[in-house]
Amino acid sequence: MANAPTALVLNDIHKSYGDLAVLKGVSLTAYDGDVISILGSSGSGKSTLLRCINLLENPSRGEITVGDESLDLKPGKDGNLVAVNRKQLEQMRARIGFVFQNFNLWPHKTILENIIEAPTQVLKQPKAEAIARAEQLLEKVGLADKRNAYPDNLSGGQKQRVAIARTLAMDPQVLLFDEPTSALDPELVNEVLAVMKELAEEGRTMLIVTHEMRFAKDVSSQVIFLHQGQIEEMGPPDQVFNHPKSKRVQEFMASHS
Amino acid sequence: MTWEWDVIWKYFPRLLEGAWLTMELVLISGLIGIALAVPLALMRASSRTWVKALPFAYIYFFRGTPLLVQIFLVYYGASQFEAVRESLLWPVLKQPYWCAIIAFSLNTAAYSAELFRSAIQAIPTGEIEAAEAMGMSKSVQIRRIIMPRAFGIALPAYGNEVILMLKGSALASTITLLDLTGMARTIIARTYTPLEMFLAAGFVYLAISALIIALFRFMEYRFNRYQYYHHSNTPDDLDPQLRDPHIDQK
Repeated sequence: MANAPTALVLNDIHKSYGDLAVLKGVSLTAYDGDVISILGSSGSGKSTLLRCINLLENPSRGEITVGDESLDLKPGKDGNLVAVNRKQLEQMRARIGFVFQNFNLWPHKTILENIIEAPTQVLKQPKAEAIARAEQLLEKVGLADKRNAYPDNLSGGQKQRVAIARTLAMDPQVLLFDEPTSALDPELVNEVLAVMKELAEEGRTMLIVTHEMRFAKDVSSQVIFLHQGQIEEMGPPDQVFNHPKSKRVQEFMASHS
Repeated sequence: MTWEWDVIWKYFPRLLEGAWLTMELVLISGLIGIALAVPLALMRASSRTWVKALPFAYIYFFRGTPLLVQIFLVYYGASQFEAVRESLLWPVLKQPYWCAIIAFSLNTAAYSAELFRSAIQAIPTGEIEAAEAMGMSKSVQIRRIIMPRAFGIALPAYGNEVILMLKGSALASTITLLDLTGMARTIIARTYTPLEMFLAAGFVYLAISALIIALFRFMEYRFNRYQYYHHSNTPDDLDPQLRDPHIDQK
Protein backbone atom coordinates (compact mmCIF):
# COMPACT_ATOMS: atom_id res chain seq x y z
CA MET A 1 0.00 0.00 0.00
CA ALA A 2 3.07 2.19 -0.08
CA ASN A 3 1.70 4.22 -2.98
CA ALA A 4 -1.45 5.18 -1.11
CA PRO A 5 -1.56 8.41 0.91
CA THR A 6 -0.68 8.09 4.57
CA ALA A 7 -3.57 7.74 7.00
CA LEU A 8 -1.70 7.68 10.27
CA VAL A 9 1.89 8.42 11.17
CA LEU A 10 3.35 7.87 14.61
CA ASN A 11 6.79 9.25 15.16
CA ASP A 12 8.98 8.23 18.07
CA ILE A 13 6.22 7.66 20.64
CA HIS A 14 7.49 7.36 24.19
CA LYS A 15 5.45 6.74 27.30
CA SER A 16 6.61 6.39 30.86
CA TYR A 17 4.77 6.04 34.13
CA GLY A 18 7.24 7.53 36.55
CA ASP A 19 10.40 5.47 36.14
CA LEU A 20 8.63 2.72 34.22
CA ALA A 21 9.15 3.19 30.49
CA VAL A 22 6.33 1.40 28.69
CA LEU A 23 6.98 2.72 25.19
CA LYS A 24 10.53 3.52 24.10
CA GLY A 25 10.22 5.18 20.75
CA VAL A 26 7.69 3.55 18.47
CA SER A 27 7.31 4.85 14.92
CA LEU A 28 4.96 3.52 12.32
CA THR A 29 3.17 4.60 9.18
CA ALA A 30 -0.23 3.33 8.13
CA TYR A 31 -1.20 3.97 4.52
CA ASP A 32 -4.82 4.17 3.44
CA GLY A 33 -6.25 0.68 3.44
CA ASP A 34 -3.56 -0.80 5.63
CA VAL A 35 -4.59 -3.34 8.21
CA ILE A 36 -1.84 -3.45 10.79
CA SER A 37 -1.89 -6.03 13.55
CA ILE A 38 0.09 -5.32 16.67
CA LEU A 39 1.25 -8.41 18.50
CA GLY A 40 3.31 -8.94 21.60
CA SER A 41 3.15 -10.49 25.02
CA SER A 42 1.39 -8.86 27.95
CA GLY A 43 3.08 -5.70 29.14
CA SER A 44 4.81 -5.09 25.82
CA GLY A 45 2.95 -1.76 25.45
CA LYS A 46 0.45 -2.72 22.72
CA SER A 47 -2.62 -1.22 24.34
CA THR A 48 -0.72 1.79 25.63
CA LEU A 49 0.48 2.52 22.10
CA LEU A 50 -3.07 2.38 20.79
CA ARG A 51 -4.35 4.61 23.57
CA CYS A 52 -1.61 7.15 22.95
CA ILE A 53 -2.82 7.65 19.39
CA ASN A 54 -6.00 9.46 20.41
CA LEU A 55 -4.57 10.73 23.69
CA LEU A 56 -6.63 8.54 25.99
CA GLU A 57 -3.13 8.13 27.35
CA ASN A 58 -0.80 11.13 27.11
CA PRO A 59 2.49 10.14 25.49
CA SER A 60 5.68 11.48 27.04
CA ARG A 61 7.20 12.27 23.67
CA GLY A 62 6.41 11.85 20.01
CA GLU A 63 4.33 13.08 17.09
CA ILE A 64 0.94 11.95 15.84
CA THR A 65 -0.36 12.72 12.36
CA VAL A 66 -3.77 11.70 11.05
CA GLY A 67 -4.18 12.18 7.29
CA ASP A 68 -2.14 15.31 6.67
CA GLU A 69 -2.94 16.95 9.99
CA SER A 70 -0.49 16.84 12.85
CA LEU A 71 -1.84 16.99 16.39
CA ASP A 72 -0.38 20.03 18.18
CA LEU A 73 1.13 18.86 21.43
CA LYS A 74 2.80 20.62 24.32
CA PRO A 75 4.27 19.40 27.59
CA GLY A 76 1.69 19.30 30.35
CA LYS A 77 2.20 19.76 34.09
CA ASP A 78 3.20 16.17 34.73
CA GLY A 79 5.68 16.22 31.84
CA ASN A 80 3.48 14.22 29.47
CA LEU A 81 2.26 15.76 26.24
CA VAL A 82 -1.20 17.32 26.11
CA ALA A 83 -3.15 18.80 23.20
CA VAL A 84 -2.49 22.50 22.61
CA ASN A 85 -6.02 22.97 21.37
CA ARG A 86 -8.85 20.88 22.78
CA LYS A 87 -11.02 21.54 19.68
CA GLN A 88 -8.35 20.12 17.38
CA LEU A 89 -8.07 17.04 19.59
CA GLU A 90 -11.85 16.54 19.51
CA GLN A 91 -11.95 16.87 15.72
CA MET A 92 -9.11 14.43 15.40
CA ARG A 93 -10.69 11.94 17.79
CA ALA A 94 -13.88 12.10 15.74
CA ARG A 95 -11.80 10.86 12.80
CA ILE A 96 -10.20 8.04 14.80
CA GLY A 97 -12.50 5.19 15.75
CA PHE A 98 -11.66 3.30 18.92
CA VAL A 99 -13.08 -0.10 19.82
CA PHE A 100 -12.45 -1.04 23.43
CA GLN A 101 -11.80 -4.43 24.90
CA ASN A 102 -14.66 -3.91 27.38
CA PHE A 103 -17.06 -2.38 24.85
CA ASN A 104 -17.80 0.66 27.04
CA LEU A 105 -21.32 1.12 25.79
CA TRP A 106 -23.46 3.62 27.68
CA PRO A 107 -25.79 1.43 29.73
CA HIS A 108 -28.54 4.05 30.14
CA LYS A 109 -29.05 4.38 26.40
CA THR A 110 -30.64 1.88 24.05
CA ILE A 111 -28.53 0.28 21.32
CA LEU A 112 -29.82 2.72 18.71
CA GLU A 113 -29.28 5.67 21.05
CA ASN A 114 -25.73 4.48 21.71
CA ILE A 115 -24.99 4.48 17.99
CA ILE A 116 -26.55 7.83 17.08
CA GLU A 117 -25.18 9.68 20.11
CA ALA A 118 -21.83 10.81 18.74
CA PRO A 119 -22.98 11.39 15.12
CA THR A 120 -25.75 13.72 16.31
CA GLN A 121 -23.81 15.38 19.14
CA VAL A 122 -20.32 15.63 17.63
CA LEU A 123 -20.86 15.61 13.86
CA LYS A 124 -24.24 17.39 14.22
CA GLN A 125 -25.89 14.99 11.80
CA PRO A 126 -29.67 15.30 11.57
CA LYS A 127 -31.26 12.66 13.77
CA ALA A 128 -33.17 10.95 10.95
CA GLU A 129 -29.97 10.59 8.95
CA ALA A 130 -28.07 9.21 11.94
CA ILE A 131 -30.85 6.70 12.61
CA ALA A 132 -30.88 5.53 8.99
CA ARG A 133 -27.13 5.01 9.11
CA ALA A 134 -27.34 3.26 12.48
CA GLU A 135 -29.95 0.87 11.06
CA GLN A 136 -27.60 -0.05 8.19
CA LEU A 137 -24.77 -0.64 10.63
CA LEU A 138 -26.88 -2.78 12.94
CA GLU A 139 -27.89 -4.80 9.90
CA LYS A 140 -24.22 -5.16 9.03
CA VAL A 141 -23.27 -6.50 12.46
CA GLY A 142 -26.36 -8.72 12.57
CA LEU A 143 -28.21 -7.03 15.43
CA ALA A 144 -31.04 -5.17 13.70
CA ASP A 145 -33.61 -6.67 16.08
CA LYS A 146 -31.76 -5.38 19.17
CA ARG A 147 -32.16 -1.71 18.31
CA ASN A 148 -34.31 -0.92 21.34
CA ALA A 149 -32.61 -3.23 23.80
CA TYR A 150 -30.23 -1.91 26.44
CA PRO A 151 -26.58 -3.00 26.55
CA ASP A 152 -27.26 -5.02 29.71
CA ASN A 153 -29.68 -7.17 27.72
CA LEU A 154 -26.96 -8.27 25.30
CA SER A 155 -24.24 -10.89 25.51
CA GLY A 156 -20.61 -9.80 25.48
CA GLY A 157 -20.25 -10.68 21.83
CA GLN A 158 -23.32 -8.69 20.90
CA LYS A 159 -22.10 -5.72 22.92
CA GLN A 160 -18.82 -5.68 21.03
CA ARG A 161 -20.62 -5.77 17.69
CA VAL A 162 -22.71 -2.80 18.81
CA ALA A 163 -19.54 -1.03 19.92
CA ILE A 164 -18.06 -1.58 16.46
CA ALA A 165 -21.25 -0.25 14.86
CA ARG A 166 -21.12 2.76 17.18
CA THR A 167 -17.55 3.48 16.08
CA LEU A 168 -18.37 3.00 12.40
CA ALA A 169 -21.24 5.48 12.70
CA MET A 170 -18.62 8.24 12.91
CA ASP A 171 -17.14 7.18 9.56
CA PRO A 172 -13.64 7.33 10.99
CA GLN A 173 -10.55 7.56 8.83
CA VAL A 174 -8.60 5.20 11.04
CA LEU A 175 -10.00 2.44 13.22
CA LEU A 176 -8.19 1.31 16.34
CA PHE A 177 -9.15 -2.03 17.87
CA ASP A 178 -7.95 -2.84 21.35
CA GLU A 179 -8.26 -6.65 21.45
CA PRO A 180 -11.62 -6.60 19.69
CA THR A 181 -12.25 -10.32 19.59
CA SER A 182 -11.09 -11.27 23.09
CA ALA A 183 -14.67 -11.11 24.35
CA LEU A 184 -16.40 -12.59 21.33
CA ASP A 185 -17.90 -16.06 21.14
CA PRO A 186 -15.67 -18.22 18.92
CA GLU A 187 -18.35 -18.62 16.25
CA LEU A 188 -18.77 -14.85 16.00
CA VAL A 189 -15.11 -14.11 15.39
CA ASN A 190 -15.27 -15.00 11.70
CA GLU A 191 -18.29 -12.84 11.19
CA VAL A 192 -16.51 -9.84 12.73
CA LEU A 193 -13.45 -10.66 10.69
CA ALA A 194 -15.59 -10.56 7.54
CA VAL A 195 -17.00 -7.17 8.56
CA MET A 196 -13.49 -5.87 9.13
CA LYS A 197 -12.27 -7.15 5.78
CA GLU A 198 -15.19 -5.46 4.15
CA LEU A 199 -14.21 -2.24 5.90
CA ALA A 200 -10.66 -2.58 4.65
CA GLU A 201 -11.99 -2.90 1.11
CA GLU A 202 -13.98 0.28 1.63
CA GLY A 203 -10.59 1.96 2.03
CA ARG A 204 -10.39 2.08 5.80
CA THR A 205 -7.24 1.87 7.79
CA MET A 206 -7.08 -0.31 10.86
CA LEU A 207 -4.71 -0.90 13.72
CA ILE A 208 -5.56 -4.04 15.63
CA VAL A 209 -4.07 -5.09 18.93
CA THR A 210 -4.84 -8.75 19.23
CA HIS A 211 -3.89 -12.13 20.60
CA GLU A 212 -5.77 -13.95 17.80
CA MET A 213 -2.88 -15.18 15.69
CA ARG A 214 -4.90 -16.76 12.89
CA PHE A 215 -7.01 -13.64 12.62
CA ALA A 216 -3.93 -11.40 12.41
CA LYS A 217 -2.39 -13.65 9.78
CA ASP A 218 -5.55 -13.58 7.66
CA VAL A 219 -6.47 -9.90 7.63
CA SER A 220 -3.23 -7.99 8.09
CA SER A 221 -1.24 -6.21 5.43
CA GLN A 222 1.44 -5.49 8.04
CA VAL A 223 2.26 -7.12 11.34
CA ILE A 224 4.13 -5.39 14.12
CA PHE A 225 5.64 -7.27 17.02
CA LEU A 226 6.18 -5.15 20.12
CA HIS A 227 8.63 -6.21 22.78
CA GLN A 228 9.41 -4.16 25.89
CA GLY A 229 8.08 -0.97 24.36
CA GLN A 230 9.90 -1.22 21.06
CA ILE A 231 9.17 -2.66 17.65
CA GLU A 232 10.98 -5.97 17.61
CA GLU A 233 9.90 -6.94 14.13
CA MET A 234 7.68 -5.43 11.45
CA GLY A 235 6.67 -6.77 8.04
CA PRO A 236 4.06 -8.59 6.00
CA PRO A 237 2.32 -11.45 7.86
CA ASP A 238 4.20 -14.14 5.96
CA GLN A 239 7.51 -12.78 7.15
CA VAL A 240 6.58 -12.20 10.79
CA PHE A 241 4.61 -15.40 11.23
CA ASN A 242 6.59 -17.86 9.11
CA HIS A 243 10.12 -16.48 8.82
CA PRO A 244 10.69 -14.12 11.74
CA LYS A 245 14.21 -12.76 11.99
CA SER A 246 14.09 -11.90 15.66
CA LYS A 247 14.76 -14.67 18.12
CA ARG A 248 12.16 -13.25 20.51
CA VAL A 249 9.48 -13.41 17.79
CA GLN A 250 10.52 -16.95 16.86
CA GLU A 251 9.98 -18.01 20.47
CA PHE A 252 6.64 -16.23 20.63
CA MET A 253 5.40 -17.82 17.42
CA ALA A 254 6.57 -21.24 18.54
CA SER A 255 4.59 -20.94 21.76
CA HIS A 256 1.46 -19.69 19.96
CA SER A 257 1.10 -22.23 17.18
CA MET B 1 -56.67 9.80 80.44
CA THR B 2 -59.31 10.07 77.77
CA TRP B 3 -58.63 9.86 74.07
CA GLU B 4 -60.09 12.85 72.26
CA TRP B 5 -61.12 11.70 68.81
CA ASP B 6 -63.28 14.74 68.19
CA VAL B 7 -60.33 17.08 68.78
CA ILE B 8 -58.39 15.21 66.10
CA TRP B 9 -61.27 15.45 63.61
CA LYS B 10 -61.97 19.06 64.45
CA TYR B 11 -58.39 20.20 63.95
CA PHE B 12 -57.42 17.80 61.20
CA PRO B 13 -58.01 20.37 58.43
CA ARG B 14 -55.62 22.73 60.24
CA LEU B 15 -53.03 19.94 60.43
CA LEU B 16 -53.40 19.43 56.70
CA GLU B 17 -52.80 23.15 56.18
CA GLY B 18 -49.56 22.68 58.11
CA ALA B 19 -48.73 19.61 56.04
CA TRP B 20 -49.24 21.68 52.92
CA LEU B 21 -46.71 24.27 54.11
CA THR B 22 -44.28 21.46 55.01
CA MET B 23 -44.52 20.01 51.50
CA GLU B 24 -44.14 23.46 49.99
CA LEU B 25 -40.96 24.08 52.01
CA VAL B 26 -39.52 20.70 51.05
CA LEU B 27 -40.39 21.05 47.37
CA ILE B 28 -39.08 24.60 46.91
CA SER B 29 -35.89 24.05 48.92
CA GLY B 30 -35.40 20.70 47.20
CA LEU B 31 -35.52 22.30 43.77
CA ILE B 32 -33.24 25.19 44.73
CA GLY B 33 -30.99 22.65 46.46
CA ILE B 34 -30.58 20.55 43.29
CA ALA B 35 -29.91 23.63 41.19
CA LEU B 36 -27.08 24.53 43.58
CA ALA B 37 -25.89 20.96 44.08
CA VAL B 38 -25.23 20.12 40.42
CA PRO B 39 -22.57 22.80 39.78
CA LEU B 40 -21.13 22.22 43.26
CA ALA B 41 -20.81 18.48 42.57
CA LEU B 42 -19.18 19.10 39.19
CA MET B 43 -16.69 21.47 40.80
CA ARG B 44 -16.10 19.02 43.62
CA ALA B 45 -15.35 16.22 41.12
CA SER B 46 -12.80 18.38 39.32
CA SER B 47 -9.14 17.48 39.50
CA ARG B 48 -8.05 21.10 40.04
CA THR B 49 -7.47 22.02 43.66
CA TRP B 50 -8.65 25.62 43.38
CA VAL B 51 -11.92 24.53 41.76
CA LYS B 52 -12.52 21.98 44.50
CA ALA B 53 -11.74 24.35 47.38
CA LEU B 54 -14.92 26.45 47.43
CA PRO B 55 -17.47 23.60 47.27
CA PHE B 56 -15.37 21.67 49.77
CA ALA B 57 -15.53 24.50 52.32
CA TYR B 58 -19.23 25.02 51.67
CA ILE B 59 -20.09 21.34 52.07
CA TYR B 60 -17.83 21.04 55.10
CA PHE B 61 -19.65 23.88 56.86
CA PHE B 62 -23.21 22.83 56.06
CA ARG B 63 -22.69 19.15 56.83
CA GLY B 64 -20.75 19.89 59.97
CA THR B 65 -23.20 22.23 61.72
CA PRO B 66 -26.74 21.54 62.93
CA LEU B 67 -29.60 22.57 60.65
CA LEU B 68 -31.18 24.38 63.61
CA VAL B 69 -28.10 26.56 63.98
CA GLN B 70 -28.18 27.32 60.28
CA ILE B 71 -31.85 28.35 60.47
CA PHE B 72 -31.13 30.61 63.44
CA LEU B 73 -28.12 32.10 61.67
CA VAL B 74 -30.25 33.09 58.69
CA TYR B 75 -33.31 34.17 60.68
CA TYR B 76 -31.72 35.94 63.68
CA GLY B 77 -28.19 36.45 62.40
CA ALA B 78 -28.85 38.20 59.10
CA SER B 79 -30.96 40.92 60.70
CA GLN B 80 -28.03 41.97 62.89
CA PHE B 81 -26.41 43.67 59.93
CA GLU B 82 -27.65 47.10 59.02
CA ALA B 83 -26.51 46.51 55.47
CA VAL B 84 -28.91 43.56 55.30
CA ARG B 85 -31.79 45.48 56.83
CA GLU B 86 -31.34 48.30 54.37
CA SER B 87 -30.74 46.13 51.34
CA LEU B 88 -33.27 45.24 48.66
CA LEU B 89 -33.29 41.71 50.07
CA TRP B 90 -34.73 42.76 53.42
CA PRO B 91 -38.40 42.29 52.42
CA VAL B 92 -37.46 38.69 51.72
CA LEU B 93 -35.02 38.11 54.59
CA LYS B 94 -37.36 39.43 57.25
CA GLN B 95 -39.93 36.72 56.48
CA PRO B 96 -39.47 33.46 58.38
CA TYR B 97 -40.83 31.60 55.35
CA TRP B 98 -37.96 32.68 53.12
CA CYS B 99 -35.41 32.30 55.90
CA ALA B 100 -36.47 28.67 56.28
CA ILE B 101 -36.28 28.12 52.54
CA ILE B 102 -32.82 29.69 52.35
CA ALA B 103 -31.50 27.59 55.24
CA PHE B 104 -33.06 24.35 53.95
CA SER B 105 -31.85 24.97 50.38
CA LEU B 106 -28.27 25.66 51.43
CA ASN B 107 -28.31 22.64 53.74
CA THR B 108 -29.75 20.13 51.28
CA ALA B 109 -27.52 21.50 48.51
CA ALA B 110 -24.48 20.50 50.56
CA TYR B 111 -25.71 16.95 51.13
CA SER B 112 -26.96 16.50 47.57
CA ALA B 113 -23.73 17.86 46.11
CA GLU B 114 -21.85 15.18 48.00
CA LEU B 115 -24.26 12.52 46.70
CA PHE B 116 -23.91 13.69 43.12
CA ARG B 117 -20.15 13.98 43.48
CA SER B 118 -19.85 10.37 44.54
CA ALA B 119 -22.25 9.34 41.75
CA ILE B 120 -20.17 11.18 39.15
CA GLN B 121 -17.07 9.42 40.43
CA ALA B 122 -18.90 6.07 40.39
CA ILE B 123 -19.42 6.18 36.61
CA PRO B 124 -17.10 3.54 35.11
CA THR B 125 -14.14 5.34 33.51
CA GLY B 126 -14.59 3.32 30.34
CA GLU B 127 -17.90 5.03 29.63
CA ILE B 128 -16.27 8.45 29.87
CA GLU B 129 -13.34 7.21 27.76
CA ALA B 130 -15.78 6.09 25.08
CA ALA B 131 -17.23 9.60 25.00
CA GLU B 132 -13.73 11.11 24.90
CA ALA B 133 -12.68 8.77 22.09
CA MET B 134 -15.71 9.84 20.04
CA GLY B 135 -14.48 13.44 20.17
CA MET B 136 -17.14 14.77 22.53
CA SER B 137 -16.44 18.10 24.17
CA LYS B 138 -16.48 18.26 27.95
CA SER B 139 -19.82 20.09 27.98
CA VAL B 140 -21.48 17.51 25.72
CA GLN B 141 -20.07 14.76 27.93
CA ILE B 142 -21.50 16.41 31.04
CA ARG B 143 -24.89 17.02 29.44
CA ARG B 144 -25.34 13.76 27.56
CA ILE B 145 -23.38 11.14 29.49
CA ILE B 146 -22.16 12.24 32.92
CA MET B 147 -25.24 13.98 34.34
CA PRO B 148 -27.82 11.41 33.20
CA ARG B 149 -25.64 8.58 34.45
CA ALA B 150 -24.84 10.27 37.76
CA PHE B 151 -28.49 11.15 38.29
CA GLY B 152 -29.49 7.53 37.79
CA ILE B 153 -26.82 6.33 40.20
CA ALA B 154 -27.64 8.97 42.84
CA LEU B 155 -31.42 8.61 42.64
CA PRO B 156 -31.98 6.04 45.43
CA ALA B 157 -29.68 7.90 47.82
CA TYR B 158 -31.24 11.21 46.84
CA GLY B 159 -34.70 9.87 47.70
CA ASN B 160 -33.31 9.22 51.14
CA GLU B 161 -32.02 12.79 51.38
CA VAL B 162 -35.50 14.16 50.52
CA ILE B 163 -37.01 12.10 53.34
CA LEU B 164 -34.40 13.43 55.74
CA MET B 165 -35.20 16.92 54.50
CA LEU B 166 -38.90 16.35 55.15
CA LYS B 167 -38.16 15.49 58.75
CA GLY B 168 -35.66 18.32 59.12
CA SER B 169 -38.34 20.73 57.96
CA ALA B 170 -40.02 20.32 61.36
CA LEU B 171 -37.41 22.83 62.56
CA ALA B 172 -39.24 25.53 60.61
CA SER B 173 -41.63 25.61 63.54
CA THR B 174 -38.85 27.14 65.67
CA ILE B 175 -38.98 30.35 63.67
CA THR B 176 -42.76 30.82 64.01
CA LEU B 177 -43.77 28.96 60.86
CA LEU B 178 -46.98 26.93 61.08
CA ASP B 179 -45.74 23.87 59.25
CA LEU B 180 -47.05 20.45 60.27
CA THR B 181 -45.10 20.45 63.54
CA GLY B 182 -45.72 24.13 64.22
CA MET B 183 -49.41 23.66 63.62
CA ALA B 184 -49.57 20.62 65.90
CA ARG B 185 -47.88 22.57 68.68
CA THR B 186 -50.25 25.51 68.27
CA ILE B 187 -53.28 23.22 68.45
CA ILE B 188 -51.87 21.44 71.50
CA ALA B 189 -51.34 24.78 73.26
CA ARG B 190 -55.07 25.40 72.87
CA THR B 191 -56.48 21.95 73.50
CA TYR B 192 -53.94 20.22 75.76
CA THR B 193 -54.04 17.03 73.69
CA PRO B 194 -50.34 16.39 73.01
CA LEU B 195 -50.67 12.64 72.54
CA GLU B 196 -53.48 12.84 69.99
CA MET B 197 -52.03 15.73 68.05
CA PHE B 198 -48.41 14.59 67.88
CA LEU B 199 -49.56 11.12 66.87
CA ALA B 200 -51.83 12.57 64.21
CA ALA B 201 -48.97 14.78 62.97
CA GLY B 202 -46.68 11.74 62.99
CA PHE B 203 -49.10 9.84 60.77
CA VAL B 204 -49.32 12.74 58.35
CA TYR B 205 -45.49 12.78 58.15
CA LEU B 206 -45.62 9.04 57.50
CA ALA B 207 -48.11 9.58 54.69
CA ILE B 208 -45.91 12.25 53.09
CA SER B 209 -42.87 9.96 53.38
CA ALA B 210 -44.82 7.18 51.68
CA LEU B 211 -45.68 9.62 48.89
CA ILE B 212 -42.03 10.58 48.46
CA ILE B 213 -40.93 6.95 48.45
CA ALA B 214 -43.53 6.10 45.80
CA LEU B 215 -42.46 9.07 43.71
CA PHE B 216 -38.81 8.01 43.82
CA ARG B 217 -39.70 4.39 43.05
CA PHE B 218 -41.49 5.62 39.98
CA MET B 219 -38.64 7.93 38.96
CA GLU B 220 -36.13 5.16 39.45
CA TYR B 221 -38.17 2.82 37.32
CA ARG B 222 -38.37 5.44 34.60
CA PHE B 223 -34.86 6.77 34.86
CA ASN B 224 -32.96 3.54 35.48
CA ARG B 225 -35.20 1.65 33.11
CA TYR B 226 -32.24 -0.21 31.71
CA GLN B 227 -31.98 -2.09 34.99
CA TYR B 228 -35.58 -3.28 34.87
CA TYR B 229 -36.03 -3.66 31.17
CA HIS B 230 -36.25 -7.04 29.52
CA HIS B 231 -35.91 -7.07 25.81
CA SER B 232 -39.33 -8.38 24.99
CA ASN B 233 -41.23 -5.26 24.11
CA THR B 234 -40.53 -1.66 23.26
CA PRO B 235 -40.41 0.97 26.01
CA ASP B 236 -43.74 2.79 25.77
CA ASP B 237 -42.23 6.25 26.06
CA LEU B 238 -39.69 5.60 23.31
CA ASP B 239 -38.87 8.54 21.07
CA PRO B 240 -41.16 7.96 18.04
CA GLN B 241 -38.24 8.67 15.73
CA LEU B 242 -36.41 5.65 17.11
CA ARG B 243 -39.33 3.33 16.44
CA ASP B 244 -39.27 0.67 13.76
CA PRO B 245 -42.75 -0.04 12.39
CA HIS B 246 -41.90 -3.70 11.80
CA ILE B 247 -40.41 -4.52 15.16
CA ASP B 248 -42.00 -2.10 17.59
CA GLN B 249 -45.60 -3.11 17.33
CA LYS B 250 -47.59 -2.56 20.44
